Amino acid sequence: MAPSELASATDPLAQSKGWPSIVADWSSDQRAFKQVSWGKAMMWIFLLSDTFVFGCFLLSYMTVRMSTTVPWPNASEIFALNIGGNDVPLILIAIMTFVLITSSGTMAMAVNFGYRRDRAKSAILLLVTAVFGAMFVGMQAFEWTKLIEDGVRPWGNPFGAAQFGSSFFMITGFHGFHVSVGVLFLIIVARKVWRGDYDNSRKGFFTSRKGHYEAVEIMGLYWHFVDLVWVFIFAVFYLW
Amino acid sequence: MQQTAEQTVPQTAQHAEGQQHSIGVYFKIWGLLFVLSTFSYLVDYFHVQGYLRWTLILVFMVLKAGLIVAVFMHMVWERLALIYAILIPPLLVLVFVALMVFEADYTFATRNLFSGAGQ
Repeated sequence: MAPSELASATDPLAQSKGWPSIVADWSSDQRAFKQVSWGKAMMWIFLLSDTFVFGCFLLSYMTVRMSTTVPWPNASEIFALNIGGNDVPLILIAIMTFVLITSSGTMAMAVNFGYRRDRAKSAILLLVTAVFGAMFVGMQAFEWTKLIEDGVRPWGNPFGAAQFGSSFFMITGFHGFHVSVGVLFLIIVARKVWRGDYDNSRKGFFTSRKGHYEAVEIMGLYWHFVDLVWVFIFAVFYLW
Repeated sequence: MQQTAEQTVPQTAQHAEGQQHSIGVYFKIWGLLFVLSTFSYLVDYFHVQGYLRWTLILVFMVLKAGLIVAVFMHMVWERLALIYAILIPPLLVLVFVALMVFEADYTFATRNLFSGAGQ
């Protein structure tokens, strides 16, 4: 939308605030989400549906954990790493958390540099984000290997309640899958930024829509969501 | 009326260009997320137990989630119609959580009663 259009005296967006603005937006013609492109609005709707998927996983985990009469395995001990002769509790998970938060920070800055038309910095930050994402998946693979060697299976484990294995593999597996897809998505967007697709509005090979730097922000929404889900998994699965 | 419309021009024009904010904001939030994650790790490291553990873990979790959604995902700069459309549905899932807490407690009690695990 051109600024001159928005600037007209009949601009309804400037008229209401608070609840009246919600009523006005939702009851208006054509579109409810003003000032947000369809790409961005649809990414938000997708993330909302993904929230329900992860919500159901975490909910079922909570239910099986609360209803089992067998003691739950102690996450603090199971995810401890032996460093210099001492068992440091949960250290791998803490490192994974910091790696993912760092990748979220670099992602936010990539979006920012994209809008400033700083192609090189934006592309490099996107690649750095992808590297951190790949590191996260690598550490998760290491963690899975370690647990599988310890005898943890979806149907049972030597540490306690059998539901531990199924919850663990399901929740972290689905999250790890999201991170992996995100890494691929990041590499694709980084390539497009590097090539200048969003500067000269080159059409996408799949959607044949003109490129725009908002694509980087939409990519960012997905990546921050992956980090967001990890915040919940870290709290309720590893720290409970 | 004409004047109020003119005053909103810079804000809306900037919005049409996309979400642009100073890098400093992201660094601050990044730092806060690091600090909050360290705190939640320390809760486990120092073996804080009971209700205090739960309170701390959930407070840090909600603060981290809030910062990510609000600043990194630019939610504070969006219009209320989008904010409410996206944030209210997940909050309603809390009703589901409450239902499953009761259900799980009931299942636990029944299992204890009939499998003799509680005797």
